[in-house]
Amino acid sequence: MSPGPAAPTPRAPAHAPSRTHPEKATDTMAKRIDVSGLTAFYGGHRAIDDISMSVEPRSVTAFIGPSGCGKSTLLRTLNRMHEVTPGGRVEGKVMLDHEDLYGTSVDPVAVRRTIGMVFQRPNPFPTMSIYDNVAAGLRLNGDFRKKELDGIVEKSLKGANLWNEVKDRLGKPGSGLSGGQQQRLCIARAIAVQPQVLLMDEPCSALDPISTLAIEDLIGELKSRFTIVIVTHNMQQAARVSDRTAFFNLSAVGRPGKLIEIDDTERIFSNPSVQATEDYISGRFG
Amino acid sequence: MSDNALTDRPQVTGPPSAGPSLARRRLPRWTPALVVLVSVGLGVGGGSLAGWESRVQQGLIAALLSVIVTYALTSLVEDSRQARDKVATSVVWVCFAAAVVPLVSLAWTTVSRGAELLDGYFLSHSMGGMTNIEEGGGVYHAFLGTVEQVGLATLMAAPVGLLTAVYLVEYGRGRLAQAVTFFVDVMTGIPSIVAGLFVLAFWNLGLGFGPSGFAGSMALAILMMPVVVRSTEEMLKLVPNELREASLALGVPKWRTVLKVVLPTSMGGIATGVMLAVARIAGETAPVMLLVFGNPLINPNPFSGAQESLPLYVWNQYKLGNAASIDRAWAGALTLIAFVMLLNLLARGIARWKAPKGAGR
Ligand SMILES: Nc1ncnc2c1ncn2[C@@H]1O[C@H](COP(=O)(O)OP(=O)(O)OP(=O)(O)O)[C@@H](O)[C@H]1O
Ligand SMILES: [Mg+2]
Repeated sequence: MSPGPAAPTPRAPAHAPSRTHPEKATDTMAKRIDVSGLTAFYGGHRAIDDISMSVEPRSVTAFIGPSGCGKSTLLRTLNRMHEVTPGGRVEGKVMLDHEDLYGTSVDPVAVRRTIGMVFQRPNPFPTMSIYDNVAAGLRLNGDFRKKELDGIVEKSLKGANLWNEVKDRLGKPGSGLSGGQQQRLCIARAIAVQPQVLLMDEPCSALDPISTLAIEDLIGELKSRFTIVIVTHNMQQAARVSDRTAFFNLSAVGRPGKLIEIDDTERIFSNPSVQATEDYISGRFG
Repeated sequence: MSDNALTDRPQVTGPPSAGPSLARRRLPRWTPALVVLVSVGLGVGGGSLAGWESRVQQGLIAALLSVIVTYALTSLVEDSRQARDKVATSVVWVCFAAAVVPLVSLAWTTVSRGAELLDGYFLSHSMGGMTNIEEGGGVYHAFLGTVEQVGLATLMAAPVGLLTAVYLVEYGRGRLAQAVTFFVDVMTGIPSIVAGLFVLAFWNLGLGFGPSGFAGSMALAILMMPVVVRSTEEMLKLVPNELREASLALGVPKWRTVLKVVLPTSMGGIATGVMLAVARIAGETAPVMLLVFGNPLINPNPFSGAQESLPLYVWNQYKLGNAASIDRAWAGALTLIAFVMLLNLLARGIARWKAPKGAGR
């Protein structure tokens, strides 16, 4: 598992602007998302209603809000995973730079290659080794550049801060790792396909504070290359990692969730423009 | 049966002044063994005295006795909750024995009667050129026939069954999926002779082919397919949706997700299901009798001419009714059981080898 000669030396500090390697072209590829008039259904149930917002490139946007207000649903509409759920249906527009993700000729598979996702519960493929898990996105897509694969796997694992812990057991099953390591493995798997946007649905909710910290640091590093959207129930986490924060709420149980406001994180946490946001953040909700 | 006296809640009816005591009077640990011994003794002894010769009757009496005695003893010495616990435990044991005793006795009879004849000679010779009352002869032609027929049936049924299950779990929505499920259920209930008659009418009478191993394996495939569909379906449903989503979110197309993530994850279970279906059809006699016809000679070609098969061999030899042929029937039965057992072991091996590699395995 020796890194190929072309494999880069340990990653330069994430915010370093100058990059010379050709594959670093991805740096400039982080994309902007514009959501307008988005409504999502589960069968007849309207889960989110008329949401319009934008996600800036190369930044972290946090989604906060009470349980059931549709944060996960909105996140999944952003890479067309919502329609995987039986009965899942979407109205409205999601623009990735200048392309409508829900345009008629758009291939959902291509969308998901561009917009990666990390789930709430770590879900490494149980039949695959650590190495194979990271390589899965490339291999399953028929991308068989074996020599490069070694380099990409190492780079992704380093990118996910996991390399040192697993470099001696790349052939071991991925499910043999701890929860936090598994989650970082899933992040490595997601960034190995070099997406331009990374969606994370409560990536730390099953983790201890140390693993959480590791992942938060990782998010800080990754944002120089990816556009990141993270759902979290942890206010401190939102305040720590995100540049912008969107607050969602629902008017009553069973009603669709709505976007209340989106603004710079600093402003949301110090001086939000809507009273409900302040109530929620300060715990005076409900 | 466990040492749960400490966790028992104190009885509400206990003396309130003394405070709740957690200890209970308990029967010694060897009581169940003693009760079983005594009641078996009583069952056998009393049964013989009363003139009931049948072992089954005696066993039933012993089982009933041990349940009653356990209940009486426990409710006398311990309390009524413990007594009910003990009764439930002994009923479970009795059911276990009722299930295992016939199984063990069947295996024992087959092994003890079949083992004398089962040797290299028996496995490597056919019945060619033999008169029926002669000793000697062998099972090779039947074994070969069974392997070929079952192999062909599996080649036909397993892929179709697997793909059907994949369709039902991964793609099927609406009317078509419902219809497929319904017909698979109906097919599960088809008696084997009906499958045999269907192929006979269609292949032999309709299209005019003669008896052959292939005709038999078509009937076997009809019997096998629904079993494969059902077991594979259940296994695919066990694969967590998160894994599918993880793969889809990597931008992997659905068919590759199914092929590379869903199927490998459930491969162990699927292999076991297919092997169980194989074991089920390996013992089928009726369709083989109709379609393969039976043949004392070695016919290695399953596509033309009558063949033999193990269950058919056992039946034919037993029907001849002389000492030598009945010995051969038992040895043939033992061969069949051993063959099915080997397949089962193979399935377990595959299941273990292919099982998801978790931390705790
Ligand atoms: N698979 C589903 N089928 C039907 N309704 C669903 C499904 N998943 C979610 N919903 C409904 O959609 C609404 C939004 O759910 P969603 O999971 O997006 O909430 P959330 O904001 O992510 O909540 P949490 O913070 O608890 O994760 C809820 O009313 C929920 O009941
Ligand atoms: Mg959620």
